[in-house]
Amino acid sequence: MSEFLQVVLSGLATGSIYALAAIGFTLVWQAAQTVNFAQGEFVMLPAFFVLIALHWLGWPLWAALAFGLVISVLVLGYLFKRLIVQPMLPSTGLPLIIATMALSILLKEGAKQFYGAEAQPYPPLFPQTTMSIGGAIVSMQDILNLVVSLAVVVALTLFLNRTRTGRCIQATAQNPQVAEILGVNTRRMVLYTFLINAALAALASMLISPVYLAKFSNGETLGIVAFIAAIVGGFNQIRGALVGGLLIGVLDNLTATYVTASYRAALPLVLLIIIILWRPQGLLGTSEGRQV
Amino acid sequence: MQSRRTILATALTASVFVAAPWAAAWAADDAVLVPCVCELSGPGAVSGTNYRDGAHIAVDEINAAGGILGKKIDMPDYDTQTDPQTSRALVQKAIDAGAYAIMGTVYSGSTVVNMLVAQQAGIPQFTGAEAPSITEKGNAYIFRTASSSAKGVPALTAYFKDTLKVKKIAVAWVNNEFGKGGHDVFINEMKGAGIEVVADVPSEQGQADFAADVSKIKQSGAEAAFVYVNEEESARLLREAKKQGLTIPLVGEVTLTGQKVIDLAAGAAEGALAHVGLATSAPDPLIQEFVKKFQDKYKRDTDHNGIKGYIGVYAIKYVTEMNGKLDSQALADKLHGLTLKVADHPGMLLDTSWDKNGELSRPSFMTQVKDNKQVVIGMVPAN
Repeated sequence: MSEFLQVVLSGLATGSIYALAAIGFTLVWQAAQTVNFAQGEFVMLPAFFVLIALHWLGWPLWAALAFGLVISVLVLGYLFKRLIVQPMLPSTGLPLIIATMALSILLKEGAKQFYGAEAQPYPPLFPQTTMSIGGAIVSMQDILNLVVSLAVVVALTLFLNRTRTGRCIQATAQNPQVAEILGVNTRRMVLYTFLINAALAALASMLISPVYLAKFSNGETLGIVAFIAAIVGGFNQIRGALVGGLLIGVLDNLTATYVTASYRAALPLVLLIIIILWRPQGLLGTSEGRQV
Repeated sequence: MQSRRTILATALTASVFVAAPWAAAWAADDAVLVPCVCELSGPGAVSGTNYRDGAHIAVDEINAAGGILGKKIDMPDYDTQTDPQTSRALVQKAIDAGAYAIMGTVYSGSTVVNMLVAQQAGIPQFTGAEAPSITEKGNAYIFRTASSSAKGVPALTAYFKDTLKVKKIAVAWVNNEFGKGGHDVFINEMKGAGIEVVADVPSEQGQADFAADVSKIKQSGAEAAFVYVNEEESARLLREAKKQGLTIPLVGEVTLTGQKVIDLAAGAAEGALAHVGLATSAPDPLIQEFVKKFQDKYKRDTDHNGIKGYIGVYAIKYVTEMNGKLDSQALADKLHGLTLKVADHPGMLLDTSWDKNGELSRPSFMTQVKDNKQVVIGMVPAN
C-alpha cells in the first residue's frame, strides 16, 4: 500500500507540472486557433533566464525568479505574439503551426549555444525536507509543487469566469467577431492570453527544473507529454488540461511500478489513442463544429 | 553583359570546386587528421564534451612537442547530437576528409552503428564506449580507451560478495546499448556468485521521474543496488533515493561517482560507490597532473571521459612512432596485443594493454563520494 501511495503522490506532483504546460496549449488554441509546438521550449527556457540572473548577474534567488518571470512574459508572451503570431494570424493555421515548430528548434539550439549542452543544477524553490504519509515518503517540494500548480489553475479559472477581463478573454476565444461588435478589445485580450501562457510556462519551468535539471533538450519530452495531456483532458478546457496532466503523471508511475518499466514512455500514446477513439473531444472537452 | 557576368560567375564557381580537393589534399599532407566524432549535445553531451576536451589537451601537447613524425595533429570536432545515425554520417564524413584515425564516439548505441563505417574503410577508431558487444563483433579497427563493462562489472562481484556480503540485490539500468550490456553481464555475474537479483528495474535514457524505480528497489528487500545508468539519470535517481530514504548501498560502474553526477545530485550522491576504470581522484601523479591541466584550460573539472580522450590521442602518437609511418592499417595491426607501459609512454597515464579484439585492460579503482568529491578507496588489479 505504501508503494502505491508513493508512486501516486509522486505522479500527482509531476503531473501537476505537466498540467501547467498543457494549459498553455489550451490557451493558445483558444486565442489563436493554433497549436504551439514550441510550448515545451517555453517551459525549458525560463529556467535559463533564472540561471543567468543567479550565476551571471549574481542576484539572489528571489530576484532571479522575478527576473525569469518578467523576461519570460516579455519574450515568450509579448514578443512571441507580436513577432510571430500576429503577422501570421490572418493566414490559415498551418503556417503558424510550422512557425512554432521552427521557433521550437530556434529556442532549443539557442539555449544550447548560449548556455551549453550539459544539464545544469537548478536551485529548489521549496525545502527538501520529507514527511511520511501512510508509509510513503513525500518531499515538501512535491507537495508544494502540487499545491502551487492546483492553486494557479483554480486562480486562473476564477479569473476567466469571475472577472470582466476574464470573460472578455473567453468571449474573444469563442467568437472574436461578435466580441469585437460588443466592444471587446480583442487584440488586447489575445495579448493577455499569450502573457498568461508565458507566465504559466515560467512557473512550470521553475517548479520542474529542480527535478529535471535545466537542459536545452527538456522541452522535447515536456512538449510531447503536455500536448498529449491537453488532448486527453480536452483541448478547449483548462480543467481538462489539468486532469490530463495529472492522469499522465500518475499512470506513468503506476505503469512503471506494476506493469512494465520498459514501455512506460509508450503509455501516454496508448492513452491518447484510446481517448481519441472513445471521446475525440477529450475527457472534459466540448465538441467544436467546423464548417468545410 | 548579362552573359559575361554569367560566364564569370560560372568560372568562379568552377574554380572553387576544382580548387577544393587540392586544398584538402594540401591540408592532409601537412597534418595528421584525427577527427573527434563525439556527443557534444543531446543526452551524451557530458561524456562527449569531456572526451573531446581531454583529447584536445593531448593534441596541444603533442603539437607543441613537434607533432607525430614531425606533423601536427589536426582534430576537427563533429557533433553527433547523441544520435546514432548522425554519428554514422559523421564518421563517413571524417573518413572522406582523409582521417588517419578517429576519436569517438563515447556512447555505445552510437559506436555499434558507426564503427562499421570505419571498419569498412580500414580506419582505426578509439572509442570511449563500454558496451561489451563492441569488441565482440570481430572488428579489427575498434579500440577502447576504457575497459568494457564485461571487464568492469565482474570487478564488482567480489565487492558485493566479500565486502558488502549481500544475498539479495537490485539492479537499476538504462535501457540502451550501454545499459543492456552492463545489465546482462551483471545478471550472469550475480548468478555465478549466488546472489539473488530481487529487483530488475530498467529506465529510459533521459527519464526524469525515478519515483517508481526507487520505490520498487525499496520494496524489493534488496541489501544493495547496482546502478547502471548515464550521468544525468544517475543524479536524478540519487536524488529520488535520498528523498525516499533508501539507505542500502548504491553501487555503480563508472558513472555513479563522477563529478558531474555529484554536482547535479546536489548532495544526494554522498556515500555512493562505484568501480571506475579511470578515476580523476586517483592518487597517481600523472593523473593528477592531467586533472590540473584540464582545470587550468577549461576552468572546470573533468570526469573519466576526459582521461579517455587524452590517452586515446597519445596511443595514436606512440604506436604511429613505433611504426615509423602514418599508415592506418599498420596502426591497427600494431595495437592488437600491445602493451604500453607508462614508464616509457607517460601520456598513457597507466599501463595499458589491448587484446586481439581491441578490448582494453589496465588497473582500476573503487571509489566513493565523500564530502561531494570522488575519493579512491581501493585499487583493483587489471583483469
